[in-house]
Amino acid sequence: MKTAFSTLALLRPERPDEALALLRDGPLTPIAGGTDLYVALNAGLCPSRRFVDLSRLKAWRGIAATKDGGLRIGALTTFAQIRDDKRVARALPALCAAAREIGGVQIQNRATVGGNLANASPAADSAPVLLAADAELELASTAGVRRVPLGEFFVAYRHTALRADELIQAVLIPPQPGPSFFRKVGTRAANAISKVVFAGVRAARPRIALGSVGPVPLRAKRAEAALAAGADLESAVDALQQDIAPIDDLRSTAEYRRFVAAGLLRQFWQQTGGRRPAPSRRR
Amino acid sequence: MGKASTRAGSVGRSVPRLEGAAKVDGRARYVDDLSFPGMLHGRTIRAPHACGRLRSVRLGPGGLPLGLVVVGPRDIPGDNVIAVIEDDQPALAWGEIRHAEEPVLLLAHADREALFAVPAEVEMIPGAPVFDPLASPRVFKHIRIARGDAGAALRKAPVVVEGEYRTGAQEHVYIEPNGVIAVPENGGITVHGSLQCPHYVHKALCRLLKLPADKVRVVQTETGGGFGGKEDYPSVIAGHAALLALKARRPVKIVYDRAEDMRATTKRHPSIVRLRTGFSRDGALLAIEAEVVMDGGAYVTLSPVVLSRGVLHATGPYRCPAVAIDGRVVMTNTPPNGAFRGFGAPQTQFAIEAHMDRCAEQLGIDPVKLREKNAFRPGDVTATGQKLPKDTSALPVLREAVRRSDFHRKRKAWAGTGKGIGLALFFHGSGFTGAGEVRLASRASLELTAKGARILVGSTEIGQGTRTMLAQIVADTLRWPLSAIEVAPADTGLVPDSGPTVASRTCMIVGAILQRAARELKHKLGRLTPTQYLARHGALVVTKQYEKPAEIHWDEERYKGDAYGTYAWGCDVVELEVDPVTREVRPLKLTAVQEIGKAIHPGHSRGQIEGGSAQGLGWALSEEVVMRDGKMANAQLTNYMMPTTKDTPEFDVAILEQAYRHGPFGAKGVGELPMDGPAPAVVNALRHAGFDVREVPATPERLLKCASR
Repeated sequence: MKTAFSTLALLRPERPDEALALLRDGPLTPIAGGTDLYVALNAGLCPSRRFVDLSRLKAWRGIAATKDGGLRIGALTTFAQIRDDKRVARALPALCAAAREIGGVQIQNRATVGGNLANASPAADSAPVLLAADAELELASTAGVRRVPLGEFFVAYRHTALRADELIQAVLIPPQPGPSFFRKVGTRAANAISKVVFAGVRAARPRIALGSVGPVPLRAKRAEAALAAGADLESAVDALQQDIAPIDDLRSTAEYRRFVAAGLLRQFWQQTGGRRPAPSRRR
Repeated sequence: MGKASTRAGSVGRSVPRLEGAAKVDGRARYVDDLSFPGMLHGRTIRAPHACGRLRSVRLGPGGLPLGLVVVGPRDIPGDNVIAVIEDDQPALAWGEIRHAEEPVLLLAHADREALFAVPAEVEMIPGAPVFDPLASPRVFKHIRIARGDAGAALRKAPVVVEGEYRTGAQEHVYIEPNGVIAVPENGGITVHGSLQCPHYVHKALCRLLKLPADKVRVVQTETGGGFGGKEDYPSVIAGHAALLALKARRPVKIVYDRAEDMRATTKRHPSIVRLRTGFSRDGALLAIEAEVVMDGGAYVTLSPVVLSRGVLHATGPYRCPAVAIDGRVVMTNTPPNGAFRGFGAPQTQFAIEAHMDRCAEQLGIDPVKLREKNAFRPGDVTATGQKLPKDTSALPVLREAVRRSDFHRKRKAWAGTGKGIGLALFFHGSGFTGAGEVRLASRASLELTAKGARILVGSTEIGQGTRTMLAQIVADTLRWPLSAIEVAPADTGLVPDSGPTVASRTCMIVGAILQRAARELKHKLGRLTPTQYLARHGALVVTKQYEKPAEIHWDEERYKGDAYGTYAWGCDVVELEVDPVTREVRPLKLTAVQEIGKAIHPGHSRGQIEGGSAQGLGWALSEEVVMRDGKMANAQLTNYMMPTTKDTPEFDVAILEQAYRHGPFGAKGVGELPMDGPAPAVVNALRHAGFDVREVPATPERLLKCASR
């Protein structure tokens, strides 16, 4: 461990209002599952010295159906809970599929959906599904709660619309207009970071989102528009290449990411083209 | 006990691992579990650039913690070298810097956090580094092997096939990183550590510390894997801890974290092999010309012997009347590459086996038939002029692997489906190369105890089952139950030097020495039980030394003769499928047929074969060391991709046994052999699936670039 742990402070509120009051008086770095934060601490790359532990805020943990037929997922819900939840499996099976491929089982037991989004890695596996699902976030502070579409949440590389005094309280998922699709292409079959992650919802106006192909998880708006306008699949593939801006890095190359993104768009379109919603593909 | 037992012996049975229970229930103590009174922690300050001259090392700004111990080159009592083969690698660099992890200063303090909080600034005049081995100005070792006139044979050959093949570096990823504790005691130093070769460390410490042999003691702690990564590197980290401990006059522990271990310690040598082979029209191999280039990294370390094993396996298991091999290992400005399971042979056999499938294609001959036609038979002569012994098993392993895997049917049925099946035939010399075993002159002892006997060897248990295997050999030779045999700790203060635990030699060489010791012990006991003997005659220790079999000869100057006492043989068949959307390769099944003389412990032998095959698959498909400016850029397990259980396929392992006359119960080596086959079998299966790839790891990115056929 490169970080000097004896120099760190950890505050442990019992309720959301206590946590928000502590944050107002901050600066504090929130810690939920800690699965990303501990990597940074171990490498000595986390500058924060004061942390607020959210693990006791039970009110923000759990999955509920909403009146409109959608879902409300508390920000502290773990990916293990999401993975195993029957309501999620019915409403947005792609999210179960994503949860199943995040890290390994140990990571899924600790990592939270709020943490995955707040961490804002371009490779965050839950982000593309939730973007394609048109999810919204409830951001809470002592001043109240505001709703922000997830499409406006990721501002720049590892920067979000979350203010320093705010916490993600819940993720709101509206009813979906068609079948969903998810596929993660990682550096190996399991316990891997994404090289490309792709999610789509098939509808009259299809919704497509990708991770690891730009500085933030993003919606492929040009490809969506092409498909909504009835363009053929290959035109949409061309449009997708305009939507994404992949780079060469430790894990892959821009060339490969473009190749895979194109192939996944084709696979999404072919697999969800039938009458019945196609099940999400598992590797 | 003491009477000749009529019960079945333990050899050939998968008896419980001697230290297994302790490893499972947590009693086994690894180096980081140990603590000594007054112990400090050590830290290594390293150079910032891959090449240049060191100007200064400054600690601060700010006050330094009270009690900080600092060791620089001037604090070294002996020679500032890590003694291995050459004396070129300093323990602490002071003038020329040759790689970016070069240690320049050592610190120790009781408080680990305070120690790592000390700011250190290293100033260098950067030079122009060399990272491309083909552009290297410095050759560490050059070896040529010639048989017949390969040039003339190639000019006359009706079919000539050429190709270049490349393999990447590989990180060992033993579960336990390198770590040691140095304790100043008895006017000298004792080092406890996670290591393969206590006597190597002992020799290096005597030199560095200018201490007589009896003032240096090296004790192996329970060790979490090595794979060659703890062959030479422990001499470096032990030297550092010992220097700090002697200056501080207190015990010092250095245990690398995963990142430092991955960045600073050795890797498998990357290689470039160019082959030209000549064939008759019906596929008889007429000539092989091979140029082998290996990247040695910044210092010589073990590179000459890695190259040696590499070139000695460069023809693959094939008879060929005209051979010309030119091998070089060169310097680059990366941390030194070192020993890794297979030791050069996986690199060259990758090349020849990938090449053979291309040859089969050009000749229009089935790849199995081409191999059958040219594979070594007993009595055939190798490139160095070695007449192969009776236990030469290339054909039996090939035929059995083809049969078990239903190779021909799948080969036909899968054409054009995205699935592929490929095979590789390979061999591996057991024991040290050439006259190595003669030079080592290993010794092993058996000590009579009231309970039976105690084995005294420097050979280490690093997870592969050494203790159990040696105890089985001794027990069965004495015809005693296994419970009568103990194994002493690998402690240089206690045990003779039985040579390093490397080179697939421990069973075949050390096992055979112990067998001779056991026979003598039995003879000396006569009809007495151990208790009776001890009461009547006092202590009894039998020590035996390696004896070269009379028929083995090696000429180091001309590279002629018996390169190895014998060879183990293997054939792997890999079945895989390639995802058309992502080019991800998914191995479906690996059939491994390996002939190892005698499986003393079938369970552990199978473990070696499955583990080595998995390690080979990682090297073939996903494990890539990404270097940037001479530093490993992916020194984390999140970005260095070892296969998980979801990436490894079903293994079908078959062990064949053809006794080696000088091996204990006929045993040869098994540790490294399994590493040789998977990579070429993968590449050949990919060729069958439509990808012309000649480099590993065959990542999806590489498959995208390589011409689809």
